[in-house]
Amino acid sequence: MDAGLDKVDAIWEKETAIIDGIDISGPWNRMFEQRVIWEYTPELIDKVADLPGAESFSWCYQCAACVPVCPVDMVGDYGPRKLYRKAQTGTDLQSADDLWLCTTCMNCVRVCKKVVDMVQIMPAVREQAVLDGFVPEELQKAFEDTAKYGNPLGQSQRKRAAWTKKSDAPVPIIKDVKRPVDVLWYVGSYPSYHPRGIDAALAAARIFHALDIDYAILGREEKDDGDSQRLAGENGLFEMLAEHNISVFEKYEWEQMVVTGPHEYNAFKKEYAKLGFERPIQHYTQFLSDHLDRLSPLLTHEVQAKVTFHDPCYLGRHHGEYDAPRALLNAIPGLELVEMGRCRENGYCCGGGGGGMWLDSFTQNHTTMRLSERRVLEAAAYGADILAVCCPFEVSRFEDAAKSTGNDQLRVLDILELLDMSMRGEI
Amino acid sequence: MSNDILAITEHLNGNVADISYEMVGGAKELAAGFGGQAIAIMLGSGMAEQAGTFASDATLYVDDPALAEFNPAAYGRVLAALVEEKSPRLIMFGNTSMGMDLAAWLSVKAGVPCVAYVNHLAVEGGELVATAQIYGGKMAAECVPAGDSAIVSVMAGAFPLDAGQGSTAAEQMASPVSLDDLPIRFTRLIMPEAGDVDITAQEKLVAIGRGIGSDDNIELAEELAEAMDAVLAASRPITDAGWLPKTRQVGKSGVSVKPKLYLMLGISGAPEHIEGMKDAEFIIAINTDADAPIFDVAHYGTTEDLFDVAEAMLEKLE
Amino acid sequence: MNIVVAIKHVPSTADELEINDEGVNLDFDEVDFTINEFDEQAIEQAVLVKEASGGEVTVIGVDVIEELDGVLHTALAKGADKAAKIVGDLEPPIDSHTQARWLADAIGGLTPDLVLTGVQAVDDLDGQIGPMLAAYLDLPYVGVVTGLSVSDGTATVHKEYAGGVMAEFEVNLPAVVGVQAAEKPPRYAPISKIRQMAKSADLEEYEADENVGDSGCEIRKMAKPVSAGHAEMLEGDAEEVAEKIIEILEERGLL
Repeated sequence: MDAGLDKVDAIWEKETAIIDGIDISGPWNRMFEQRVIWEYTPELIDKVADLPGAESFSWCYQCAACVPVCPVDMVGDYGPRKLYRKAQTGTDLQSADDLWLCTTCMNCVRVCKKVVDMVQIMPAVREQAVLDGFVPEELQKAFEDTAKYGNPLGQSQRKRAAWTKKSDAPVPIIKDVKRPVDVLWYVGSYPSYHPRGIDAALAAARIFHALDIDYAILGREEKDDGDSQRLAGENGLFEMLAEHNISVFEKYEWEQMVVTGPHEYNAFKKEYAKLGFERPIQHYTQFLSDHLDRLSPLLTHEVQAKVTFHDPCYLGRHHGEYDAPRALLNAIPGLELVEMGRCRENGYCCGGGGGGMWLDSFTQNHTTMRLSERRVLEAAAYGADILAVCCPFEVSRFEDAAKSTGNDQLRVLDILELLDMSMRGEI
Repeated sequence: MSNDILAITEHLNGNVADISYEMVGGAKELAAGFGGQAIAIMLGSGMAEQAGTFASDATLYVDDPALAEFNPAAYGRVLAALVEEKSPRLIMFGNTSMGMDLAAWLSVKAGVPCVAYVNHLAVEGGELVATAQIYGGKMAAECVPAGDSAIVSVMAGAFPLDAGQGSTAAEQMASPVSLDDLPIRFTRLIMPEAGDVDITAQEKLVAIGRGIGSDDNIELAEELAEAMDAVLAASRPITDAGWLPKTRQVGKSGVSVKPKLYLMLGISGAPEHIEGMKDAEFIIAINTDADAPIFDVAHYGTTEDLFDVAEAMLEKLE
Repeated sequence: MNIVVAIKHVPSTADELEINDEGVNLDFDEVDFTINEFDEQAIEQAVLVKEASGGEVTVIGVDVIEELDGVLHTALAKGADKAAKIVGDLEPPIDSHTQARWLADAIGGLTPDLVLTGVQAVDDLDGQIGPMLAAYLDLPYVGVVTGLSVSDGTATVHKEYAGGVMAEFEVNLPAVVGVQAAEKPPRYAPISKIRQMAKSADLEEYEADENVGDSGCEIRKMAKPVSAGHAEMLEGDAEEVAEKIIEILEERGLL
């Protein structure tokens, strides 16, 4: 027997231990001794921390500040601290179901004293899992569809601009414009294909047109940004899409880019920048709030409703933008904005980030309710008529959640749709 | 070269497959156009009685122990010999598991053109016109096979069943070729395990969605399905809620189905669901939302209350 | 164990399909091509057999629109050992008879123990290539296979019939097998692996013999099947609608 184990045995149990006159002899009295940290194996922690990007995993000192802010723990048994503890006690994160539950919402990183960065750790470990052939089936389908069709919805790449046919406002395609434009609008996959996403895209087109913005879209040349696929572990797919998109972005002349979705905003601003693409980019809420002086006079119809706003993780916590969406909502006459308890820096997560969008059934098996359902219950508790969003992942998620939780009275609308309503008076 | 049509019939476990009668019925119709005979061909062992159930002009029954169960090698040998001897104008296979092993193979062996996935056949001015469903059923291709002989594999339901049923006495013969040393040997049939039904194998599905409202209403849908001789399927919210087993889920995270009938109760048609059922042959949607995307996919629709319609249907069916 | 998988590059039916000006086939300039979905199953089954019994997997297909490389690189990333393509001055459509003839010529030279292929493809108007390959190579063929194991020069296959019934056969090797479904869902090929294959893999090329005849199955007209568009809405109250539905179902022989 080696010395280490001798030592463990020696302090495992005191046959006689009397503390302050109380006899506490027995196996459980170890709590009055030094913690026996060497009976845990560091191998599985190192296995994670040795991956490039995942180094901070080993910095965790188990303070558990991350657990109460973790949106997944709120509907299940998760939390970044627990991952470290499970790795100590024999769980290999790379093959554990836990690996796929994190939505990379970043709320844990916000409160972590040791800056254990799950937003870096998760994609690093997931990439290994993907390379080793361990991918939940739903997610695999989204990867395959993205690789094959350029979007995770599995729709034809040729139809990426088909939604523009429904638009009453002109939607110029940059290839046809044949001149430099002020604004390149990157529409995104869900606004291009999902019926509720298209509603927001059509509203955006009307608003841009009403503001007389000189803009164009990429049409068929646009492909998914790939960032959520990267966060879900498919870095090769991300690189492929990024190379494609950057080459298309650079093919045309434009002054600034406006994106519909916060995930695309994150992709271009943070990740594409690492690949050398550094151009002015704004989320549409930022762009429109910069044009509020011209937009406000167009908002002529009252929207009489109690509205609450869900901060998208990738606009709020990831990029610190909390004010632009609120500025737009406050510009709508008649609209009463009420804040939910979990808002701004502590905003709850819809569950769609980091690949969660394509892990619905998988996550469902590990949680008591969907994150989107938890959020809708909160919105309903604040008496909101409308849950306003500005991320294309969210509309369908929250609409489904409103129905499944019996909150059919709660409407879910993109801020674009609300602005459009106020502009046109159609509600 | 003759003007006869050979309909290659099928059987499993002693039962003649429906498509055999459908083909014989179709062959009779076409034989009139060619001025030849509709000949039913059956290969088997101890199947003389079943061989006498066709309404063909003639039936040829090849009896050999090696033909008792379908065996692509044995069946192929016999059929190649028969075709060579009879030089028929047309050879019809079912586009089935058995037919798909033989039709294209025989096409190469006999040097005769083949048209697969055929759902319509006609004789126009002495020429055979075969219409096939290709590109996943998204296109119909009309072909006139070159030469004076052709092979087709026909889809189930292309011809009515009853026209092929009759009592023509079969001419029994021994195999015209040796069936020794076959490179393929049949060993056994494996019957499906008793368990939950496989909705992908059903011809008729009644699918329920969120509109069904609550667990208590599943019973009504179940009764309706039963009365229609259909099986219950569901969209994701229903299986998520545990109201039906996961095996019944149609769509992106469930299974894809291609039934003959897909009757939908309270499903609005999220893209995730449509992905799993868009290839159903005939779709009826009952959904109160007139703008529901499912109406772009369905053949017939109604916005009447699903419970009222389901109850009324049930009443009429009983 | 030398396993060859014959694949087809076919029009993607995920797209809206357009008909060409002559009205006899697709407008192939307006459609993306993809690997036949059943061939993906065949590749997976081949890799499973290799993993179980050892051997080498070669994937081969006709490069109909000169875009087959990506498909072959994906197959390599999934575990195939070699990939080859049949090239020439080719243009779609190339019928199954012609593709099978070319494939048979190339595969014959590879002296395979087992040839796998997808049981069918969306463009198989003149029949499936599996049974044709068997006929050209003079090998036994079993199709609609959902289970396959190999030992001592014999393959044991499970062939699917309707209603969940299956037949088991023993097949002397070499043989051709048409795969309906692999025993496991096709594995995922991470894009980084595919990209690595694209950089490093050598694809063998075979020249297409332009003198082989066609299938004799010429299309004189192609059209979209009637239907599509918006559902026909049934009017009336619930009673009337129920009656109409039953009527329609009876007419179609569905009740």
